[in-house]
Amino acid sequence: MTVLLLLTILAVLAAAGYVLGRRRALAVAGGDPKQLHSLPGFYGWHTAILAFVPGFLVLLLWLVIQPLVIERGVAAHLPESVQADPAARQLALADVRRVASGLDVALSQGALTEGAIAALDASATDLRAKLGEVGVALGAAVSPEVLAAAKDYREATARAATLRAVVIIALALGGLAWALKRIAPDFWARNRVEKVVLWLLMLASLIAILTTIGIIWSMLSESINFFRQYPIGDFFFGLTWSPKFGGGSELGFIPLFWGTIYITVIALLVAVPLGLFAAIYLAEYASKRTRSWIKPMIEVIAGIPTVVYGLFALITVGPFLRDVFAQPFGLGSSGSSVMTAGVVIGILNIPFISSLSDDIINAVPQSLRDGSFGIGATRSETIRQVVLPAALPGIAGAILMGASRAIGETMIVVMGAGAAAKLSLNPFEAMTTMTVKIVGQLTGDTDFHSPETLVAFALGMTLFVITLCLNVLAVWIVRKYREQYE
Amino acid sequence: MNDMRTVERAVDNTEARITARDVQVWYGEAQAIRDVNIDIPDKAVTAFIGPSGCGKSTFLRTLNRMNDTIPICRVLGTIELEGENIYDKRVDPVQLRAKVGMVFQKPNPFPKSIYDNVAYGPRIHGLTRNRAELDEVVEQSLRKAALWNEVKDRLHAPGTGLSGGQQQRLCIARAVATSPEVLLMDEPCSALDPIATAQVEELIDELRSNFSVVIVTHSMQQAARVSQKTAFFHLGNLVEQGDTSQIFTNPKDPRTEAYITGRIG
Ligand SMILES: Nc1ncnc2c1ncn2[C@@H]1O[C@H](COP(=O)(O)OP(=O)(O)OP(=O)(O)O)[C@@H](O)[C@H]1O
Ligand SMILES: [Mg+2]
Repeated sequence: MTVLLLLTILAVLAAAGYVLGRRRALAVAGGDPKQLHSLPGFYGWHTAILAFVPGFLVLLLWLVIQPLVIERGVAAHLPESVQADPAARQLALADVRRVASGLDVALSQGALTEGAIAALDASATDLRAKLGEVGVALGAAVSPEVLAAAKDYREATARAATLRAVVIIALALGGLAWALKRIAPDFWARNRVEKVVLWLLMLASLIAILTTIGIIWSMLSESINFFRQYPIGDFFFGLTWSPKFGGGSELGFIPLFWGTIYITVIALLVAVPLGLFAAIYLAEYASKRTRSWIKPMIEVIAGIPTVVYGLFALITVGPFLRDVFAQPFGLGSSGSSVMTAGVVIGILNIPFISSLSDDIINAVPQSLRDGSFGIGATRSETIRQVVLPAALPGIAGAILMGASRAIGETMIVVMGAGAAAKLSLNPFEAMTTMTVKIVGQLTGDTDFHSPETLVAFALGMTLFVITLCLNVLAVWIVRKYREQYE
Repeated sequence: MNDMRTVERAVDNTEARITARDVQVWYGEAQAIRDVNIDIPDKAVTAFIGPSGCGKSTFLRTLNRMNDTIPICRVLGTIELEGENIYDKRVDPVQLRAKVGMVFQKPNPFPKSIYDNVAYGPRIHGLTRNRAELDEVVEQSLRKAALWNEVKDRLHAPGTGLSGGQQQRLCIARAVATSPEVLLMDEPCSALDPIATAQVEELIDELRSNFSVVIVTHSMQQAARVSQKTAFFHLGNLVEQGDTSQIFTNPKDPRTEAYITGRIG
């Protein structure tokens, strides 16, 4: 029985549980819902939950554990030498799985029968060719051990699936029956249901946290691998970035860090004034009607994919800056430059900063503006001296969030600033950032044991820490700002 | 037409600082004030009383054009400050508000230091020439608002960190610091304890010697204590106005009497 079918059965049982639970609750109360502690619907929900949740949880657990158990059994067919070496064992087991699924495909297409599979002999038939005919490509000829293991794997999987279906349906029915039995006028179904909802909410947040931990963990372990092969001091303080895949690379982080900071600063210099002015106009001056069409239009900019901005940088902004500034002033002749990427990322950030700041400015209580107008201040005095200072912490938070977006931008940098790591003050020179190099080190032929590849994880980890600090700072500032008016 | 006679007598008594004629205020399609005629005398305290929602705040806000900040609000009729129509196109509402200051019902200190809160008005209007003068104005204003002793040691602490009553007195000091000619106060004591209320009432009495003060209050006792003139509003109408003593002892309109004795409100 497939997992999908099982889930469907669970859902059907839950639905039935709802109807039955509700009906039974009403019956127990003699048709008068006022006799019940909770509304009849809650008894229905309680029954549905008990029918669905235990079976569902066991199913999830089962799906994780089953392959582990089966593989352990199957591995016994493999030669001793293969079993001893974890990497070889892993490869062989992957083969086993492929052959097993190949046999399934052959069976479903009618190329083989169940009996024929049982009679298969690796030395007698060319299984690789046979499976190739049904569209399953194998890397090498199938050895007798692998075939035996694959047959075993299929049988064990089939047996496990049957057992799984029985256990889970039994659990669901049991839960349903038990819940129905517990229904009584003084049973607190509502509180039970609410508790389950609470658990669901907690589970959702837990999953978000666990994912973050997982990401950090994977990056951290690879970063540690990297630092085992490459001195940590040379990474953080090295002034040259020149990876050579033959060995003898210099993987200094400073040029990438510099490129990142330089581009971010230029981006903020563009985005902060423009975004902030737009926000002030929208929040304080624009009429309702103007606001209702300008704000969505600014926000549309935020929806354009960054690669499109990259094209804009590559084709329009880059050549423009080169022809108008860089060449006339003798600052270089490169179309890709820190300036190009910075300006375009700045444009990308305008709606982000303006939209956030607009919300924050709007949150400044009207009573403060009234107070200022009431003393005879003009609108602009009020904005400069009362509204903006009151909104400043929130705006600072918005700017920091904008900064961490600029730091994380990749596409625009590749297309606007190039991919050459360089330490230079000239804003019209091509430079690159950490994110670009992370992508660069991981594309193409990669060997996950060489420092040239692993450095990407160290870069990623550093980037993560930098943006995390910025975001934490931003959240802290925004929270402090909220307290002021609560 | 009873009202008109009272107005004429009031004009006879004292020189009018503000005269309002046939004032109507509309919020969109809803009329909040109907044909109000009133004179606000100079160097006296005028109290606006009336049940909640009758339009006291609305009318008060027309006197310094604070209603301009509400887009749907329209004001008809004429309001003259010293003979000049304040709704005339040539009048800058900003300068008007420097002359007709306002204290609000809810304390609204700026997120600045206590000192900067009080210095705000003098600074934007350039009322002082140097720091020493500004210090002096700040101190005098805080003294007038009966707040000086409580805050003199922490003038540079944030104004938002004061208690509600202290914040309200800070707002009064802030309004007084610009030396307005008319001070409008919308329930200035609703957040204050009896002691602070007494201090503010004393302040209002002092302010009377220099300014004309208009105060909205829900407390009959307060109106009786601090004001010389009283105007009673009901459902957007100015029902009765006159000397405070007359309104409280000998109201002409049955609605006024009912309100003062606590039967409507
Ligand atoms: N901004 C506004 N928009 C629409 N209607 C308003 C607005 N402000 C006040 N009103 C309406 O105008 C009428 C008068 O309100 P106002 O605030 O002047 O009453 P009030 O006498 O000050 O009452 P209170 O004693 O409760 O402060 C009320 O019906 C109110 O709903
Ligand atoms: Mg009011």
